[in-house]
Amino acid sequence: MTKVVAVTGNEAVANAFRQIEPDVCAAYPITPQTELMQRFAAFVSNGQVKTEMILVESEHSAMSACVGAAAAGGRVATATSSQGLALMWEILFIASGLRLPIVMPVVNRALSAPINIHCDHSDAMGARDSGWIQLWSENAQEAYDNTIQAFRIAEHMDIRLPVMVCYDGFIISHSIERIEYLDDEVVKKFVGEYKPLYPLLDVDNPKSYGPLILTDLYHEVRKAHSEVYKKVPKVVVDVAKEFKKISGRSYGLFESYRLDDAEIGIVILNSAAGTTKDVIDEYRERGIKVGLLKPRLFRPFPYEEVGNALKNLKAVCVLDRADAFGGSFGPLYLDIAASLCNFKEKPVLINRIYGLGGRDYMPEHAQGVIDELIEIAKTGKVKVLKEYIGVRE
Amino acid sequence: MATPLNLKELSKKELRFTSGHRLCAGCAAPTVVKMILLAACDWPVVVASATGCLEVSSCISTYTAWKVPWIHNAFENAAATLSGVETMYRALKKQGKIDKDIKFIAISGDGGTYDIGFQSLSGAMERWHDMLYVCYDNEAYMNTGIQRSGATPTYADTTTCPAGAVIPGKPQQRKDLTKIMAAHGIPYVAQASPSHWPDLMKKVRKALEIEGPKFINVFTPCNRGWRTRTDDAILISRLAVETCFWPLYEVENGVTKVTFKPREKKPVVEFLKAQGRFKHLFEPGKEKLIAEIQEMIDKNWERLLKEEEMFASKEESQ
Ligand SMILES: Cc1ncc(C[n+]2csc(CCOP(=O)(O)OP(=O)(O)O)c2C)c(N)n1
Ligand code: SF4
Repeated sequence: MTKVVAVTGNEAVANAFRQIEPDVCAAYPITPQTELMQRFAAFVSNGQVKTEMILVESEHSAMSACVGAAAAGGRVATATSSQGLALMWEILFIASGLRLPIVMPVVNRALSAPINIHCDHSDAMGARDSGWIQLWSENAQEAYDNTIQAFRIAEHMDIRLPVMVCYDGFIISHSIERIEYLDDEVVKKFVGEYKPLYPLLDVDNPKSYGPLILTDLYHEVRKAHSEVYKKVPKVVVDVAKEFKKISGRSYGLFESYRLDDAEIGIVILNSAAGTTKDVIDEYRERGIKVGLLKPRLFRPFPYEEVGNALKNLKAVCVLDRADAFGGSFGPLYLDIAASLCNFKEKPVLINRIYGLGGRDYMPEHAQGVIDELIEIAKTGKVKVLKEYIGVRE
Repeated sequence: MATPLNLKELSKKELRFTSGHRLCAGCAAPTVVKMILLAACDWPVVVASATGCLEVSSCISTYTAWKVPWIHNAFENAAATLSGVETMYRALKKQGKIDKDIKFIAISGDGGTYDIGFQSLSGAMERWHDMLYVCYDNEAYMNTGIQRSGATPTYADTTTCPAGAVIPGKPQQRKDLTKIMAAHGIPYVAQASPSHWPDLMKKVRKALEIEGPKFINVFTPCNRGWRTRTDDAILISRLAVETCFWPLYEVENGVTKVTFKPREKKPVVEFLKAQGRFKHLFEPGKEKLIAEIQEMIDKNWERLLKEEEMFASKEESQ
């Protein structure tokens, strides 16, 4: 029996952690993630879970301890935001390079300087090439559901890679929403027993983790590593199918919203997709064929599927909640453009940067973008390829 | 019964750090590692290493010199990494999934301990993980080519503080990490040297028998970096101890005990003159610098003896 509650995103994810009951959790506070680990620590303190907490002195050590704990041979999780993720950066690559199935919610927040505690995606985008799988979530329900699925994906024997579950700081982490919790037993059964692979604690069969690999083999090892990522989309889809059986909720590599017959479209991540969908409904009522694509599996990026879903549109705007300073376009735009570049017929693409540092994304911003796309679809003319929207004059 | 720490019994034990590693000929690090693992011979152990000479030379894919489970994560996080391993051990033990009594040992160079890894080490000790952290102190960043570290002694010549016409090697004092670790209030802290191997092994054994965080700082000559003869590692470490440049002592539950007192304290020149990294100090006009080093050593040694005395008198009066 599912239970309907009104909770914050952080509380929902803390409850997913409680139901999954990782063997070891490392924690270090950073807004807006702090509340998640506080709530989970309370479950530990009250004996509701057997998890051992490591209350480290920094995020660098949080991720380092997660690497040690995962190599030791058990289920491991941590969570962070912003500067915390940036401080972990070095060890993120080690976690994925050693194929350790660590799960980490990333409560998206802007990076310093200037310091800002509110939402944007520059933290997770900075870590997009670290070899972690990234699942993105529109609301608290998706954050909860993705967290549960993340353990199955990370621990799948074809994969054994760490997974980040991204959701928007404050907008999702701290707002109260309606959530459907699954039963504890259902989640436990879905996630299953952890199966260790080459555990360090198997002292009778000693293994060496983290060797030096020189020029004679490094290239080959990296090629082999890159092959693993090809298997991820299928596992993500398979796990989603099984998840539907226990929850009734469907997930894929991305969500298409009124996209099938669309002529213009928006690509956007996380919470802003919700607002965009409402605006799309308004335009649809006026007969305008507009749709939305919301990536869920952002790393590895399912570019073939995304390209196929967008190729028949006339004009598409990719909305980025992060910029790539000194680069050409926002990070999401680059992946969308790459997904489309080999098609003969493809939409005209524009890139809009929105919502940095928690700046509200309002319906009128979506309206402005759609109006512009209507114009581009009609005339084929683009005024400006990349531009910030919602900037105060 | 515990294996007695004597040559006869130890020689029957398997070496859990094998030959065939690629550390330099005459490097003291593998000797120190073998001593540690032999002292731990009665237990299964898991070892974590930081990036450095020992790490890059002992596990070059597809070979490994480690016959115990071993993990290298990064340069500054051996302690944090082992915190994770040890915590998982406690979690799985509590769940009944593991029943062995496993010991956890971090082995890292001075750079990875005194400097970049200090935060991670300090945090792990404060969190009271049941682990022994050993620093093999070769007094510089050797793996990257002899750069100064927080452990480099005053006036040593390194590639980043080269002895020049104006600056005579490293101008600052070395960081007294052993004392800093003792200030963490952990149950056991010691300084050891491979030249006094029974003392070193006894300290390792003792540390492993104590529950909670332990730290041992081991003097570990590097012939490449110190410009010494290839086969002089043990001789140099003996001189370090006998000149009181590297006193052997332990701090057990806050009580300091000097474990070796040279019958006759040798002058530091004997230690300095055997090494190329101090060669510039023997140029004419530099006598003052050697005197300064001698003064520092004397002061530290006297302070250490006083510290020991202070605790001894307290214990007697109880
Ligand atoms: C974050 C980071 N900075 C720098 C390095 C480069 N590096 C690798 S080993 C090393 C020096 C190691 O020195 P130490 O810990 O004293 O061990 P030794 O090599 O002397 O045995 C350095 C600077 C690194 N691997 N990681
Ligand atoms: S450089 Fe020094 S520390 Fe490194 S392996 Fe050679 S002798 Fe040992």
